[in-house]
Amino acid sequence: MRRCLVVDDSRVIRKVARRILEDMRFEIEEAGDGLEALQACRRQMPDAILLDWTMPVMSGIDFLKQLRKEPGGDKPTVVFCTTENDVERIAEALKAGADEYMMKPFDGDILHSKFAEAGLI
Amino acid sequence: MLTEAEFVLIAREVKARTGALITREMSASAAVRLQPLARREGYASVSEMIASARIKPDGALWNAIADNLAQSETRFFRDRAQFEQLRAKLLPEALARRGHERARIWCAGCSTGQEAYSVAMILEDMRNEGLNPAAEILASDLSERLLDKARSGLYTQFEVQRGLPIRKLIAHFEKAGDLWRISDRLRAAVKFERHNLLHHPGQLGQFDIVLLAHVLISFDQPTRLAVLERVLDVLAPEGVVLLGAGETLPEGCEGLTLENGVVRRTGAARAAA
Repeated sequence: MRRCLVVDDSRVIRKVARRILEDMRFEIEEAGDGLEALQACRRQMPDAILLDWTMPVMSGIDFLKQLRKEPGGDKPTVVFCTTENDVERIAEALKAGADEYMMKPFDGDILHSKFAEAGLI
Repeated sequence: MLTEAEFVLIAREVKARTGALITREMSASAAVRLQPLARREGYASVSEMIASARIKPDGALWNAIADNLAQSETRFFRDRAQFEQLRAKLLPEALARRGHERARIWCAGCSTGQEAYSVAMILEDMRNEGLNPAAEILASDLSERLLDKARSGLYTQFEVQRGLPIRKLIAHFEKAGDLWRISDRLRAAVKFERHNLLHHPGQLGQFDIVLLAHVLISFDQPTRLAVLERVLDVLAPEGVVLLGAGETLPEGCEGLTLENGVVRRTGAARAAA
């Protein structure tokens, strides 16, 4: 079973994403900020990361930039999931190594569609 | 909820105008979808609007009811495999056959335009790759309401996130308040026109590729066959019709093959076309 790390400071979002992704047959790990996510990745690189932008301690974009420098950090497919919806922000995320980008609010259909775009299903 | 008499009446009038089937399972959702129209038209309820439609002689209210019940479910790059085939094989083949002439593509039953704009994006990508695909896209629907939205090129954040890869979104769209607007270039690449698939499309000209995905499903079997036969009348001899994933040919079809959602004439049928 493939593993997905859900990174968001909102417990509600993590719970919603977990429910949808488990239906898509992903094993889920959760992190509440970028630093927790980085520590989780250093323990074991997931196959996919669903990543919020604005979080305490370490933001999603800073986490992503650091992740891509880590050994094996080029492997996980990263899908941003954020309220940031400016074209400049999206371009910045792609430049930092994001594979897909999802704007909140989202539903199961959108999450499914974005994971399909990213080649995860 | 519609009464049985109201449901029968609506089903009959919508089928006569658009060919679309309204089934009993759709009765409750039809009542909900008609509420905004009833309010706009100044009726206290959907039932009152239907009663009025029965006695109005010009049929305009029935047309509006049919329009509001028109199938609008669509998305960008719906049935991804179909669009991959279009890019890799069907478009290059059509362009090669046409030579210096423009290949013609028809999105029949285009709803709010996502499918037509997806084709336009593919052509734009081909241009960016240094190719010069000479092609024109005509998109048609019966519903002026849906066509108006398609022409506007404006989509909600939900709509642009269904089927549209993020790189295509930022390459071809710009933010317009809470909405996303497709580029003027792509908007100009698609011509939208009202057409009722119950009528012969002869005035639209001949086409090399017709996208007819998830359209026939709205009709009963005899209407599906009749619509497909009319579409075939305007298909170039070597042309193809694309159906949606999982769709089958209507009963009674002859001289056609269906493979991976692509309908082609058989050799003998091509010779006769």
